Amino acid sequence: MENSHSFVLLLVTLNQTINVSVVLIFAGLAGLFSERSGIFDIGLEGKMLISAFFAASVSYQTGNVWVGMLGGIAASMVFALIHGLTSITFRGNQLISGVAINFLASGLTVVLGNAWYRQGGQTPQLSGAARFHEITLPFADTLRGIPLLGPLYSDVISGHTPLVYVAFLMVPLSWWVLYRTRFGLRLRAVGENPASVDTAGISVIRLRFTAVLIAGVLCGMAGAYLSTSQGAAFGKEMTAGRGYIALAALIFAKWRPWYLLMATLLFGLLEAISNLFPNIDVFGIFTIPVQFTQALPYILTVVILAGFVGKAVPPRAGGEPYVKER
Amino acid sequence: MTLMQKFLGATAAFALSAGAALADPAIIFDLGGKFDKSFNQAAFEGAKRWAKETGGTYKDVEMQSEAQREQALRRFAEAGYNPIVMTGFAFASSLEKVAPDYPDTKFVIIDMVVDQPNVRSVVFSEHEGSYLVGLMGEMASKTKTVGFIGGMDIPLIRKFACGYVQGAKSANPDAKVIQNMTGTTPAAWNDPVKGSELTKAQIAQGVDVVFAAAGGTGVGVLQTAADEGILAIGVDSNQNYLHPGHMLTSMVKRVDVAVYNAFKAGPDVETGFHVLGLANGGIDYAMDEYNKDLVTPEMLAAVEDAKAKIISGEIKVHDYMSDNSCPVE
Repeated sequence: MENSHSFVLLLVTLNQTINVSVVLIFAGLAGLFSERSGIFDIGLEGKMLISAFFAASVSYQTGNVWVGMLGGIAASMVFALIHGLTSITFRGNQLISGVAINFLASGLTVVLGNAWYRQGGQTPQLSGAARFHEITLPFADTLRGIPLLGPLYSDVISGHTPLVYVAFLMVPLSWWVLYRTRFGLRLRAVGENPASVDTAGISVIRLRFTAVLIAGVLCGMAGAYLSTSQGAAFGKEMTAGRGYIALAALIFAKWRPWYLLMATLLFGLLEAISNLFPNIDVFGIFTIPVQFTQALPYILTVVILAGFVGKAVPPRAGGEPYVKER
Repeated sequence: MTLMQKFLGATAAFALSAGAALADPAIIFDLGGKFDKSFNQAAFEGAKRWAKETGGTYKDVEMQSEAQREQALRRFAEAGYNPIVMTGFAFASSLEKVAPDYPDTKFVIIDMVVDQPNVRSVVFSEHEGSYLVGLMGEMASKTKTVGFIGGMDIPLIRKFACGYVQGAKSANPDAKVIQNMTGTTPAAWNDPVKGSELTKAQIAQGVDVVFAAAGGTGVGVLQTAADEGILAIGVDSNQNYLHPGHMLTSMVKRVDVAVYNAFKAGPDVETGFHVLGLANGGIDYAMDEYNKDLVTPEMLAAVEDAKAKIISGEIKVHDYMSDNSCPVE
C-alpha cells in the first residue's frame, strides 16, 4: 500500500515536471537560436509576457485558442523585431534593448488590459474552445494495466495539452536545424565569427534577423502556453521570472539543444519537488527548507559559470553588433 | 487639437472639482487594482454603496507602482479630500510620513496599524474567519485532507493558515492539512500559473478542498480546483460566483464595510485602532445561491455554533501574529 502510494507520487512528480518544463523549453530554445546567432536576449521574459496577454485576449475575442496562439506569436514577433532593429540595424546595446523590452511588456500589458477589460490588468477567464485542453493519447486507457510502463505511459506521457508535445518535438527539430542544415551551420558561424560568414557572401544582418524572429515565435508559444494552457487567463506579471530561469538553463546547457532539454527538465523537476514536498525531511536529522530547492537552479548555474563543472563558453561574437570593415 | 482641448477640459474639470471637493472622501487602491475580484474590489464595492446611498461623490486612484504611494496621498490631502482611505498594509510607511503634515485631514488605513493622531487603523480578525472555513472544509472533505495555498510568505498570510488549520482540527482532530506558500517576493501575489501547479500537487496528495489566500495567484487555484472537480474556498470578497458548484464558500473580509463606515462618518471619522471580526460582522463566511447546495445542514449548524462560541469567547482562536507561531500544523 505504502509502495503504491509513493509510486503514484512519483508519477505525479514526473507529470508536473513535464508541465513546468514546457515554458522553459520554449523560452530556452528561443534564447538558443538568438544567442547562437550572436544576439544576447534577456528580453525572453518580456516577449513571453506580451504573448501571454495577446494569446489570452485574442482567444477570448475569437473563442478559438489556436487563433489566440497565433495572436500571441504575432505580438511576440513584433517585440522580437524591435529587439532586432535596435541591436542589429542600429547596433545598440543588446542587454539594454532586452531590459527595455521587459519593461515595455510589463507596462503595456497592464495598460491595455485595463483599457479593454477593466479588471485590473487581467483578461476575462477563458473556457471551452478558448483554451487548450488535455488530450488523451491513443491506447492510454487500455495500456494502463501493464505494470510500470502502463501507468508511466497513461499518467505521465499522455494527458497533456497539445503545446506540451509541440515543445518536446521542438528540441529534436532545433537540433536538426542547427546541426544538420546549411542554415544552421551559417547561424552558428555568425555567432562565432560573423566576418567569415560575411566573406562567404552571406548576409549577417539577414541571418541574425531570422534567428531573432525564430526566438519571437518560440517565446510566443511559451506565452500562449502560460495563459491559455497552463492557466486560463492573463494576469499581470504572470511570467514571474520564468524567462530568467530559461536563460539560466541555457547557460547550464552550454548553448546546446539536448543539454537544454536535460537542464530544463532538471529545473522543472526541482520546481515540482518544491511544490509537492515543501520541506524535505532527511532521515529525521535535518530538514531541507523549500527555499533551498527553489534557489537550486540559480546555485547550479553559478557553479557551472564559475567553471567547477565543465566550462560554459558563450558564442564568441555574442553581444557585439557586426560592423562591416570599410 | 482635439486632444489638446480634451486635456485642457480635463484639467479645468479637475480644478473645478478640486475646489468643490472640500470634504469629499477619497480612496486609494493598492497594486492589485480595484477589479482584483478580491481585497481591493471589496473596498471599491463599499465606496460604490456609499455613493449610491448618499448621492455623494468620491475620488479614487489605483496604484501602478510602489513609488506613487506617497505622491497620491499628498495630492489628495492637498486637494482637500477628507477622509482619505487606503487599502493595504503597504501604505504604512508612506502614511507614517504624510499624516503629520496634514493634521486636519483624517486618514484611514486598512490591514495595518499606523500610530498617528489623525489616522484610523482598521485590522481584521482573519484567523476567526479562517477557522470557520477550515471547519467547513474539513467537514466537506471526503479524504479528510484539506489544502491551504498562501501568496507571499508573510505573517498576515500565516495568520490565515493558522486559523484554517485550527478550524480543520476542530472538525476532526486527525485532519491532514497540506500547506503551500507561493513564494517569498511580491511576485507571489500574481502567479496564477504557480497557483495552478500547487493545486495539482495538493490534489495528488489527497486534498479535495483547497483554501486560497493568495491575491491574483488564487485565480489559478480556483480555476484548477474547478477543472479537477474538487472544492475551493475563496477569500476577501465573496468569490462563490466564480465557479458555481465548485466553491464551498468564501472567507469574506468586509473591507467594504470598513470603507463604507469611513466614508459615512466623513471628516468626523473616529481615529485610533479598530478591529473588525466575527462579532461586529467584519469577518464572515459567505452563503449565497451559488453554494447553498454544497453546504449541508450539519455543516451549517456546526459553523454557526462555532461562530457563536468564538463571539462569546468560548472558543479562542490563536492569532499567529500575536506571537509569530502556530500551535498546530
